[in-house]
Amino acid sequence: MHKDIKTDEEAILKEANGLLKDPAKRRLLGNVLTLGGLSLATGIALNHYGSVKEILKAVSRFNDGAQGLIFNPNAMAPTYTEADIKEPFPFNAFYSVDKAPVVDPGSFRLQLSGKISDRRPWDLPQLYALPHTEQITRHICVEGWSAIGRWGGVMFSEFLKRVGADTTCKYVGFKCADGYFTSIDMPTALHSQTLLAFTFDGQLLPAKYGFPMKLRMPTKLGYKNPKHIVEIFVTNVYPGGYWEDMGYNWFGGS
Amino acid sequence: MAEDRTSIHPLWLRIIHWANATAVIVLIMSGWRIYNATRFLHLYVPFTNEPLFPSKWTLGGWLGGAIQWHFAAMWVLIASAVLYTVLFIVSRRGKQFWPVTPQGLWSDIKGFLTGHLSHADIRKYNTIQKLAYLFAMADLVVLIASGLVLWKNVQFGWLRVLLGGYEAARYIHFYAMCGIVAFIVVHVVMALLVPKTIKAMLWGR
Repeated sequence: MHKDIKTDEEAILKEANGLLKDPAKRRLLGNVLTLGGLSLATGIALNHYGSVKEILKAVSRFNDGAQGLIFNPNAMAPTYTEADIKEPFPFNAFYSVDKAPVVDPGSFRLQLSGKISDRRPWDLPQLYALPHTEQITRHICVEGWSAIGRWGGVMFSEFLKRVGADTTCKYVGFKCADGYFTSIDMPTALHSQTLLAFTFDGQLLPAKYGFPMKLRMPTKLGYKNPKHIVEIFVTNVYPGGYWEDMGYNWFGGS
Repeated sequence: MAEDRTSIHPLWLRIIHWANATAVIVLIMSGWRIYNATRFLHLYVPFTNEPLFPSKWTLGGWLGGAIQWHFAAMWVLIASAVLYTVLFIVSRRGKQFWPVTPQGLWSDIKGFLTGHLSHADIRKYNTIQKLAYLFAMADLVVLIASGLVLWKNVQFGWLRVLLGGYEAARYIHFYAMCGIVAFIVVHVVMALLVPKTIKAMLWGR
């Protein structure tokens, strides 16, 4: 036992001495520290480096594809009870709540364009007459919070069927009264929990939650759920989106 | 390539180690930026009023950029984890990390406290090292699982249920990050104290 300790002591001493005396080892230690510092500095510098941005964008598009592949149309987002609803439900937009757009319900017409056979505009009473379903689901924000709410409206797949949308197309795009725009993949558009929502918690959507309508998708992050929709279009040309064009992931699934 | 019998760490292990290390560092730094978007925990830099994590410690420049880094490095982490698991089993490296016995741990703790814990032979791991590496492996599994729930909670519904729900996964992901950061700090300090381990992980011996 005593001998073992002696050996250990010797080994440690030798190691420590070696560190200080052996120039090769000293260099190694210095190199490791420099290497660590350098890689950290390059990591930070890479932020502003153009080609890295391009690579990251390409990976983000790859991630769109990966999410499209693992998207299961039969996988349902969990549903909750009235007691779970967050009060007050958070407001979130690229502007403050008092800047939410005011849409006149009387003159409002929902515009349709692109690969849709019946592109006649819809007024609100026509939309409200569509078959109604309700869901209590979790809204997940990319910023790192989530809140449960209750939305009501027509299944979006039902609406697309009624207007004769070409559901073999890749994208459905949305233009909004506040200048926001986004687009989604067709499989998500046809998911049974995707609602063209006119109500929140049993009341007509207030301005802050997206009057006159929002697309509610519990399978996608909040920024993919457009509010104040004024135009819907179907296309095969990638339409991008407000946040997506700045770098948020386009598929934005959850 | 002829089998090098004196090699401590085979080439595949060294490549996976450094790929994994790079991915984990990128994930931590971009993850801090993502956390900063909401700061669901009210944490501060120790002994200051500055909220965790100061921008200069983070990667991505803004939330969208951080998410791009995070979801790119994610693939490197997953690839290194899958490859390591397969090669770990095939190469039977598991026996390096086993057995872990209470007696071994107790004698290591005594050795550590009296300054007699030896690293003379870096091929052999003592019980504390075994536990530390097993912890890092398990923690990375938890990070990947909770990350998958945060990324795709509907598609990985069974995993969400297993972890106790979507919001629970957020806390698990955060605390598991703290675990891996603690591991990295100890791991790097120990490696610098015994520099031949760094040489071995770079050149194999």
